[in-house]
Amino acid sequence: MIETREAQIVEERAVRVRQGERERLARTWAHPAGFWGWFTNVSHTAIGIRYMVTSFIFFLLGGVLAALMRLQLAYPEQHLLGPDRYNQIFTVHGSTMIFLVVVPMMFQGFGVYLVPLMCGTRNIAFPRLNAFSYYVYVGGGLLLWIGLLLNIGADAGWFAYPPLSGPQFSPGKRVDFWAQMITFTEVSAMAVAVCLATTILRYRAPGMTLNRMPIFLWEKLVLSLMVMFAMPAVMVVSSMLLLDRLVGTQFFNPAEAGDALLYQHLFWFFGHPEVYILFLPGAAIVSTLLAAHCRREIFGYTPIVVSVVATGFLSFSVWVHHMFATGLPQTSESFFTAATLMIVIPTGTQFFCWIATIWNGRLQFQIPMLWVSGFVATFLVGGLSGPILASVPVDTQVHDTYFVVAHFHYVIIGGSIFTMFAGLYHWIPKMGGFLMNETLGKIHFWLFFVGFNMTFFPMHILGLRGMPRRIYTYPPEMHWSGLNLLASIGAIFMAAGVLVFVWNFLQSRWSGERAGDNPWGAGGLEWATTSPPPEYNFLELPTVNGREALWDAAPNQPIVVGLRSDIQELLVTHSLDAEPQLKEKSEGHSIWPFLAAIAVSLTFVGSIFNAWAVPIGAIPVIATLVGWLWPRGSSPPAPEVVGKEA
Amino acid sequence: MIGQDENPARALHKWPRFPKIAKRRAAGVLANFSAVMPGGHSVLDGAASQGRHIERLFSVLFFVCLGVYFLTLLFFAIGGRRSYNPAEKPLPIVKTPEADAVAKWWVGSAVGITTVLVFVILVLSIRTGMYVQDVSAQNSVTVKLTGHQWWWEVTYPDSRADQTIFTANEIHVPVGQRIAVLTNSADVIHSFWAPSITGKRDLIPGYSTAFSFTVDRPGTYRGQCAEFCGLQHAHMGFSVVAESPEDFEAWRQSQLTAAKEPESALTRSGQGVFLTHACVMCHAISGTTAGSHVGPDLTHFASRGEIAAGLLPNNPGSLAGWILDPQRIKPGTTMPPNNLSGEDLEALVTYLESLK
Amino acid sequence: MIRICSVVLFFFACAGGLVSCKREDRILRQPPSGAYTLNAVQVSGLNPGIHSTDVPPPTNMYQESAYAVSEGQKLFNEYNCSGCHAHGGGGMGPPLMDNYWIYGSDPGNIFATIMQGRPNGMPSFRNRIPEYQAWEIVAYVRSLSGLLPADVAPSRMDEMDVKPAESSMPRQTPIGITGNPGSPQ
Repeated sequence: MIETREAQIVEERAVRVRQGERERLARTWAHPAGFWGWFTNVSHTAIGIRYMVTSFIFFLLGGVLAALMRLQLAYPEQHLLGPDRYNQIFTVHGSTMIFLVVVPMMFQGFGVYLVPLMCGTRNIAFPRLNAFSYYVYVGGGLLLWIGLLLNIGADAGWFAYPPLSGPQFSPGKRVDFWAQMITFTEVSAMAVAVCLATTILRYRAPGMTLNRMPIFLWEKLVLSLMVMFAMPAVMVVSSMLLLDRLVGTQFFNPAEAGDALLYQHLFWFFGHPEVYILFLPGAAIVSTLLAAHCRREIFGYTPIVVSVVATGFLSFSVWVHHMFATGLPQTSESFFTAATLMIVIPTGTQFFCWIATIWNGRLQFQIPMLWVSGFVATFLVGGLSGPILASVPVDTQVHDTYFVVAHFHYVIIGGSIFTMFAGLYHWIPKMGGFLMNETLGKIHFWLFFVGFNMTFFPMHILGLRGMPRRIYTYPPEMHWSGLNLLASIGAIFMAAGVLVFVWNFLQSRWSGERAGDNPWGAGGLEWATTSPPPEYNFLELPTVNGREALWDAAPNQPIVVGLRSDIQELLVTHSLDAEPQLKEKSEGHSIWPFLAAIAVSLTFVGSIFNAWAVPIGAIPVIATLVGWLWPRGSSPPAPEVVGKEA
Repeated sequence: MIGQDENPARALHKWPRFPKIAKRRAAGVLANFSAVMPGGHSVLDGAASQGRHIERLFSVLFFVCLGVYFLTLLFFAIGGRRSYNPAEKPLPIVKTPEADAVAKWWVGSAVGITTVLVFVILVLSIRTGMYVQDVSAQNSVTVKLTGHQWWWEVTYPDSRADQTIFTANEIHVPVGQRIAVLTNSADVIHSFWAPSITGKRDLIPGYSTAFSFTVDRPGTYRGQCAEFCGLQHAHMGFSVVAESPEDFEAWRQSQLTAAKEPESALTRSGQGVFLTHACVMCHAISGTTAGSHVGPDLTHFASRGEIAAGLLPNNPGSLAGWILDPQRIKPGTTMPPNNLSGEDLEALVTYLESLK
Repeated sequence: MIRICSVVLFFFACAGGLVSCKREDRILRQPPSGAYTLNAVQVSGLNPGIHSTDVPPPTNMYQESAYAVSEGQKLFNEYNCSGCHAHGGGGMGPPLMDNYWIYGSDPGNIFATIMQGRPNGMPSFRNRIPEYQAWEIVAYVRSLSGLLPADVAPSRMDEMDVKPAESSMPRQTPIGITGNPGSPQ
């Protein structure tokens, strides 16, 4: 009797302690309120959701442009859009979808939101840099779109080859807006790459050795490194283009020993890794979802990780396959054919492992899995027209035709948009705390899937029948009209599907079923907290025992103790075996990242008009950085011992 | 009875009529959707040995990839069906070490097969590539192709100036002989692409590259610029006219002559219009004072099948429309609108159409 | 939402202040020739009587559009203006990069010079080129001496670099005759 009573007291005290801890953490990690609070917030959940919402808005806008193009191409010799408008629209569509939608959604959005949760930590590394990256990204997006609305929409294609994009053939400021948008978005992606790589390497929960790291984190790590190596190439090349246009340098002027092909090499040195930067997050989502919905650990963890790393490396040695038509020597082209074909092997390995996972698991076929199966059926079409395109002779035939348009839409929509929806249906219950409506989800899927194939499959045939890309109209004699009309009708279905999703989201948010902490019974650490997660992510920082943290957890899995709850403190662990090493104070909420982003944006935009904007703009940039990095007199953390407690 | 069966052939002939029309209609609709298109503008309708080699390689790759596609989907489907479980709530976790050990072999062999396939594709591709890109063989005709915004300057260079042919948007080649093409560009990057002949080759300013092809079926094959080159990228077509060596030689000889002198009063007046209006600022007609090479050479204008870089058929009606308001037909083109009176226009068109 | 909107509006304001919309116009279909008569152009500062004529000097809509100026640059080379004026540096014809204008620096003056021709070698281009092309060349000729804003004037060409780009040309305040009669020269 007495023992029970003592136990009860202990229990009550424990509850009180937990309650106190919870309140302290909530106070410490609280998101700032009010109008300015929105700009000072550096929490990774807030920034991650902003990335997702913003990139989804750009997705809708880019879709509107796609619809306009399909409207124009539905019939031959249409005059809805003239060549000037059309060129702006297809350029902005491509640039938006690549730079403002897929990368910010799949790499930045999902990464920033999920990586700290999956690592079992309370915030991302360098949270202010992370917040800064978001504002810079928004600045780039607004630049491109305000430009389009003011008739300064870029019109030299999303690749902007000089000399067409050079000073002589693209007068005005259109291409400058494009090139600066590149700088904005790449600065943003680079910043997030640094944050994510650091978070993954140093903030993992104790026990999450590299060997136990979820595949999602592996892919984000590889992606971050790819971003760090690929993005500088495009930033350099867009800056060179800007210098040619504004200052009159001769980088791409053949008459002054410049080289128009140099641009293509540098652009595609970024451009092809970019394709894998678009696809790998999708693959990461598929690997994660398959494990959760097949109720088993992913088959072939090691081969998949090796494949991902191999893809990362190989992706840097294939760029010339975008340039097979330029007339490079056959030997070097053959090398790039070989390298391109090699990528089939790691990608194939991932697919085979996924099949084995399904084969030996217990498939629960809910909406996320519906989208994964859509991914398999569509991405594979694009994936397998890849080897066809890798072959030099065939590529010279179908390069820059609608065959390629079909190919990369199958790859990007199949690999990134289908998986994006899969990921959203899977993680929205975590992010928002509500379940999405199943019926609407199915309607969304079928409309999108049918519409997608209707739009893009005929484009393969159009390409083989000689329809080049980027033409604003075509003569009726070419017999391209039937398939083009079909494609345009398909686009209506796709648009309807996306609208159903938006409706589903809003309606489920309003009146959807509550999700609970772990509606799918998944094994990742992000499901170890409430839905949506509190500002401090985890009341008790978890430790990890296996690759699927929650499934492999021991009955009384230890938790991390010893972190202060009155300041924003994070646990730093060893980058290989995730042993606790030290405690670090996370940078708090601050307005400076926003101000720095404004200063940087003004400098970038100003430099389009006058080169003096760079030295003059450097002054506010430096000033805001000083404000950002000014040492605050915070008390040194008390020397507490970090440990584990059962 | 007999009367009815009198002419069974006619009855038979009568019956299929309707289906025949339907068939033709269906064929018309199908032509819109099938991969091969009439009119010599298709990857899958090669008229040159290079194009056919590529076509063959494409077919092999296509069927290999098709097979892989359906096989993979089949495995996904079977696997999904095998392990499908309609439970509402999340099921407990399974661990299947024995089945995984078996799956390892399957996955391993699948990766192995993929690797082998990759190497087969690589070898096939390199072999075809060596054939298609071979420029070492003896060429009988050399064509110099220069891309302009938005037309093709075609020159048959010769060391003797009077043996050099200047024309535009129409490449005449003899059947069965190897043609070498030298590429260059006057402004931005363009790309030569005649799908029925061979693959693309970019025309990059500052780079002169060469490729060659052999057409072995006489006919006219369409081509189009395949690298985005600005406002009128959509309307930068050309045609390859393959003819017997004799016809080609006859064409060559006729192209080497100076422009035909105007014979009637109308054509004389048309020549006057040409030489006193904007035309002369950009176009050349040999034998006259018009010698500017900004636009296409018009010396043998009437011998060409199309005008405006493959956009319009070369006939007086479309030519008149083109001269009056090219910006309506091809917005952004470098040809300016011309405010000519009716008589002037008629004379000019008649003159130009007389330049065989 | 309001916060997001306000950010958007802020950026709009920033961007709107920096751009002029005319600069990006690409007028592809031109007005027919004959819309404008040369008689309105004052070619000399001398006037009969005390009062000048009431005709205002013509303006050039093309000199606000970067595309039109760039077209003018292209035509300047294609029509071989460089043959005499040598990229604006002058040769057989007078230089166009300096501040001295024999026949006036106003758009109307230059237009008249091109269309009518001038003694000592400048040919008349009337009926040889459409009027809109002449106006485009006028805009370009003015950019040669820095009379156009730097964001409208052409940057370097893809050719041998023989002179600074028009966009980086410092403004040469014209001397000589202008089209504004009565003003002291």
